[in-house]
Amino acid sequence: MRIVVCIKQVPDTTEVKLDPVKGTLIREGVPSIINPDDKAGLEAALRIKEQAGGTVAVVSMGPSQADVALREALAMGADEAYLVTDRAFGGADTWATSYTLSVAIRKIGFDLIICGRQAIDGDTAQVGPQIAQHLDLPQVSYVEGIERISGNKLVLKRQFEDRYHLLEVELPCVLTALSELNKPRYMSVSGVFEAYREKEVRRLTFEDLKEDIDVANIGLKGSPTNVKQSFTKQPKGKGEKLELEPEEAVLAIVSRLRAKNLI
Amino acid sequence: MNFELTQEHSLLKTMYQSFAENEVKPLAAEIDEQERFPVETVEKLGRFGFMGIPFPKEYGGQGGDTLAYIMAVEELSKVCGTTGVVVSAHTSLCCHPIFAFGTEEQKQRYLPDLLSGKKVGAFGLTEPNAGTDASAQQTRAILDGDNYILNGSKIFITNAGHAEVFVIFAMTDKSLGTRGISAFIVEKGFEGFKIGREEKKMGIRGSSTCELIMENCIVPRTNLLGAEGKGYGIALKTLDGGRIGIAAQALGIAEGALDETVRYVKERKQFGRRISQFQNTQFSIADMHTRIEAAKWLVYSAALKKDSGAAYGTEAAMAKLFASETATFVTQRCVQLFGGYGYTREYPVERMMRDAKITEIYEGTSEVQRMVIASALKVN
Repeated sequence: MRIVVCIKQVPDTTEVKLDPVKGTLIREGVPSIINPDDKAGLEAALRIKEQAGGTVAVVSMGPSQADVALREALAMGADEAYLVTDRAFGGADTWATSYTLSVAIRKIGFDLIICGRQAIDGDTAQVGPQIAQHLDLPQVSYVEGIERISGNKLVLKRQFEDRYHLLEVELPCVLTALSELNKPRYMSVSGVFEAYREKEVRRLTFEDLKEDIDVANIGLKGSPTNVKQSFTKQPKGKGEKLELEPEEAVLAIVSRLRAKNLI
Repeated sequence: MNFELTQEHSLLKTMYQSFAENEVKPLAAEIDEQERFPVETVEKLGRFGFMGIPFPKEYGGQGGDTLAYIMAVEELSKVCGTTGVVVSAHTSLCCHPIFAFGTEEQKQRYLPDLLSGKKVGAFGLTEPNAGTDASAQQTRAILDGDNYILNGSKIFITNAGHAEVFVIFAMTDKSLGTRGISAFIVEKGFEGFKIGREEKKMGIRGSSTCELIMENCIVPRTNLLGAEGKGYGIALKTLDGGRIGIAAQALGIAEGALDETVRYVKERKQFGRRISQFQNTQFSIADMHTRIEAAKWLVYSAALKKDSGAAYGTEAAMAKLFASETATFVTQRCVQLFGGYGYTREYPVERMMRDAKITEIYEGTSEVQRMVIASALKVN
């Protein structure tokens, strides 16, 4: 089975700083990690490979600094790594990103595509499902368990608001993984050496994909989303603390909610 | 001249940190308190490659270099000095001499299990009357047909209680002095070989430190390591390498203590201010950080020198001397900044202070390092 895992390099902090002019993230000086949901997706792929055989290819779209995230994936046990990178792809929103990735993935070849549910920096949860749309594949999102692999079918446990769904899906398909899916393995020491000495991160640039790509759909120009403004939320003021008997407290809360037209 | 880590070493550091934080740190206080060897950690260390970093893959090693190895000891020691020395003693003092001085047959026989962590290794040089003066070996080895018969005892042997392979030194010809010392590979199960009581120690209390007793211990002649009479040289060369490992342990302990302290002083309030706002705290932190950085580059440069193939004994001695004294200095200051809380076992800095002291003593005391450095300058 050929499994392609999409990973994103994200800043390892919840306190990301924004460029006040561009409204984009300032990445310099912030340690970077593989997005946690994506790492769970990679671990799932490695376990499927161990069980059913095959190869695991990781793919990331981003600047050349994302090389280290791909090396980490190789050090965990991925067989191949691809960095989709080009100035022409820069400034892409989720739509242009998923389109570009889908073109790259088609070139790489796949039976199964695994994405993380969402990235901790953008939090959109859109790229995985959009890749499925671009490639016209069935998709199962919010996967919290891989129950069974038999032949070309997977039985997956999907997290839902108040329950789980057990879904059987036929390959090829896309699934999006939750970080709860598993505990990703550590890289091994020899894995790190192999990642740099024996394996390679192959670059896929515009030149490599131009035969299959529609330029109208890539980069900033191909992105329907425009970020109008990004800002850090002002902290709320201190809450009001009331010390009342339960009945009086209920009335006080209700009257305040009414005053704000919330109920 | 370049002071940047390579991409490879930098990714290794990420891996070491994540392993240390999740697998080693949670047990550090417990194994110290219970004086318990972390068997479960050693299994994991083996699985992820920590037990054979600087050895070729053909013997089951990870194919790394000395820097990769000592960075692992450093990162483990940041959170647990015990775990750092388990790896250091195993790698530098047992695996290394077998790799460097063993026959092909000995390497094939012993290294795969050691480097995968399936077996832990130890080193037996010190005796009750041969500490810093290691030349005063009293353990005797007499050739008897195809075997050597060893009699004597060793003390303060790191990893001993859980090791299965030992590199042991003994006199094959007392009349030749240090030229009569030979090295042997001794297995735990050899007849006449016994592991004595565990020492009760001040620090690194999760590590195992025991006496070894050899009473007519039968060691096959094929287990002689290097030529007969070459043992003293093997011991000294092994200790040169080991010193970089212990220097890295000391460095890690100091860094770990400073990390804890920086976090603490930003939270702790006295006189209505965070104690980080007092200049006394700031100066103290600045002094510690500066010494740690100096120690780090001494340790790393000794490792790089070893990898370059050049003589590195003096650099290793300077690295160990400075890093171990830095560890003691830093951990004592850290306890001082924590105040009364630092003296309790609720916080890790008192453990780190206890763990630091041994780095000035084992694998050559600070005084021995000074002797080595002065003699390199031909001041004698």
